[in-house]
Amino acid sequence: MAFSRAFMQLRPIVSALGRHKVATLLIVLQVALTLAVASNALFMVATRMVHLSRSTGTDEAHLFVMRSSWAMGLTAGQIDANIRADLDALRHVAGVRDVIASNSYPLGGNVAGMLTTRLKLTMEQATRPQFAMVYAADEHAIDTLGVSLIAGRNFRSDEISTIGPNDKLKTPGIIVTRDLADKLFPDGSALGRTVFLPGGPSAIIGIVADLQGPLSITRSSDADSVLIPARYIDPDVVIYLVRTDGSATHEVMGRAMQALQQRPGLHVIDPKLGMFAMDAVREQAYATDQSVATLMSIVCGLLLLATAGGIVGLSSFWVSQRRRQIGIRRSLGATSGDILRYFHAENFLIVSSGIVLGIALAVLANSGLMKMYELPRMPFYVPLLGALLLWLIGQLAVWGPARHAAKVAPVVAIRTT
Amino acid sequence: MWGYYVALALRSSGRSKALTALVVVLLAFGVAACMVSFAVFRATTSDPIPGKSSRLFVPQIDNFGPTHTYQNEPPDMLSYRDALALLQSRKARRQTLLYPTQWQVASDNASVPTMSLHGDAVTADFFNMFDLPFRYGSGWNAGDDAQHASVLVISRALNEKLFGGRDSVGQEIRLDGKVFRIGGVLDDWNPKPRYFDIGTYEAERAFDDAGDIYIPFSRATDMKKDSFYSSCPTAMGTFDVSQWDAYLDSECVRIGAWVELQTPAEVQAYRAFLHNYAEQQRGIGRFAWPTNVRLSNVNDWLTHLKVTPKASSLSMLVSACFLLIVMVNVIGLMLARFMRRAPEIGVHRALGASRASICRQFLIEGAMVGFVGGVLGVLLTLLGLWSASALFEPQIAQLVRADLSLVAQTVLLAIVATVVSALYPTWRAAQTQPAWQIKINP
Repeated sequence: MAFSRAFMQLRPIVSALGRHKVATLLIVLQVALTLAVASNALFMVATRMVHLSRSTGTDEAHLFVMRSSWAMGLTAGQIDANIRADLDALRHVAGVRDVIASNSYPLGGNVAGMLTTRLKLTMEQATRPQFAMVYAADEHAIDTLGVSLIAGRNFRSDEISTIGPNDKLKTPGIIVTRDLADKLFPDGSALGRTVFLPGGPSAIIGIVADLQGPLSITRSSDADSVLIPARYIDPDVVIYLVRTDGSATHEVMGRAMQALQQRPGLHVIDPKLGMFAMDAVREQAYATDQSVATLMSIVCGLLLLATAGGIVGLSSFWVSQRRRQIGIRRSLGATSGDILRYFHAENFLIVSSGIVLGIALAVLANSGLMKMYELPRMPFYVPLLGALLLWLIGQLAVWGPARHAAKVAPVVAIRTT
Repeated sequence: MWGYYVALALRSSGRSKALTALVVVLLAFGVAACMVSFAVFRATTSDPIPGKSSRLFVPQIDNFGPTHTYQNEPPDMLSYRDALALLQSRKARRQTLLYPTQWQVASDNASVPTMSLHGDAVTADFFNMFDLPFRYGSGWNAGDDAQHASVLVISRALNEKLFGGRDSVGQEIRLDGKVFRIGGVLDDWNPKPRYFDIGTYEAERAFDDAGDIYIPFSRATDMKKDSFYSSCPTAMGTFDVSQWDAYLDSECVRIGAWVELQTPAEVQAYRAFLHNYAEQQRGIGRFAWPTNVRLSNVNDWLTHLKVTPKASSLSMLVSACFLLIVMVNVIGLMLARFMRRAPEIGVHRALGASRASICRQFLIEGAMVGFVGGVLGVLLTLLGLWSASALFEPQIAQLVRADLSLVAQTVLLAIVATVVSALYPTWRAAQTQPAWQIKINP
């Protein structure tokens, strides 16, 4: 009812606005620009937030990473023996649930040790083979990482071999992530099938639900990991992933460090950068995304406030300019509710035209940003949500001035000033 | 007259306090958002070696060919073979080869455990080309390069750690177990962006700190130290590094080259030389594709590497949009403010004020509002920069600082933005018909 009464007034509103063309146009323009910028910015915040709150699939809360260089001059055999000794020592540290030695860790980034490979479906495959990131693992990997095995079996201890940085990947059996399994065999028949690593054929013996690779920036391949049953013998560096049993992580970290230093002269561990909990890794990996999201949210908030402020300012001005007209309408029988509705309807009309223009601008801006910053296409509901927000802000902003207008007494009509 | 306009502006601001406050606050936020983004942008795009950046050049040679290059861009680094050829040709005033790597560092100082430290393998000219400041001693000479000398230059921080900051020239330390003699100790040197030894893959690390150790390129090659960045035109992009001699001979790129050229004629000549060299290699059958070489100076090189973080340019873009919206806003509010004073303008005009003087009056009023907005904007900018560490990654946030020029620019931007926004409202005010306004009010 109130709505229909408000819209009865559309004609007079439009003709009144015709007398304030520039001011009306300014608000329309402002709403349009705000919608264009805010919807793109909010979309960016949303995509970043989704991106950075992805789970790695591991038990991040209880994981920490130790990164150690080896003393000079150790042979591959000595390094292998030392890794075994370290694993044994770390497993006996109080508070440690399980440990593995690997070449990299989730979200660790493209640093020395990161291994990638391509998996062929047939030996002769001519098309580009499937990309994947490799974790050296053993029978403790699934428990240490806290990932869940959804099909097949874990590695057995007698399957674990060794591999060096210059060796071709070669192993009879691998465990892959569900994501990778589905990409290799979209029909879901991955378990037990054979794929071809650079060094030869390998059967998929197990599938884990989810395990992110060291990278967080590949967009499509972040979740495509392969576990190979091998200790990675790199003369430069070894990485231990340690899962605690729930006791205070930093205390376990201290004890783990002591355990490695039981045998002096073997490890070169940077006191600051050599050991870090998974949440620190996550923070660092997503620092840029976090800062973009925070910045965009702040600017968006300011933008909407500025627009609201502008609407309040101009509406107040209009109200003060039209005091006489309002008085006349009041003396001719308009209720104060009519006046209130008049200004709300007027605002709705202006904001709506701004929104129409703004949606067009938003789509345009999005396609520009897609080119410059490789952003995904913005779904259409984002500017529509922005439009709803702007309608709401417009109505809230005009509420104060409109109430002011509704209070104008009819007697104003016959006053001379 | 000017003083009178200022007084008028103050009086009118006093009359419409809320409107004035709104304009000031809006401007302050708009300008502050821009200036905070600009301060970050300025820090991330600053010239790392001002005064010399137009004289230092990176040569690139396409030894990968179309199947292994992206959009026909030659690789960012050189193969060992090409790098050595450019070094030995000595066609530039100075030239250096370099690549970043790391060593295990041990000394006789038993209180410092063995450390794994980053640094670069460089040639003798490196220190002069990049203006490295020395605290003690100096770099080495071409003779040391030729003799594969076990000499090194260490950073001030490492000297503090190992020798307590004393003059350690002539002392010995061990890198990967090999004994090296310290030839020089650097003073603080940490160019941002770290332009001299980054590859494309690592552009996100362009704001990391410089390393602690510099040893002769020839010696590092003897030690089979590989570059952090290595890229090979093979299916996997890697190479079996255990076959070291084959690796050196391969087309794998991993070495950065820099040349110093003084005049445009020298640049021209070097470009021609580079082209000829590549042509010649094509002639002997190494490249089966059109010769593709580049020679970029420091700033072009940084642009090519895209070191400016996306967050930085994006926030610049968004805050510029924010300021634009604020300006549209201010136009509307200024219009309201000036039109409200139509009767006053009418009287002024009737008493003989020209349109030009009305314009002056209102533009001065705009500038004053802008100035106040600018001052508030400076405060907000400082607040924004102070919290930059929460907004940007630490290695970027620590580069961002406020200075006098930033403050001046903030105020100036606010004034310009307001005056520009006030242009249309002023023009409207000047159009006021005196006769309409001095009639007894309708």
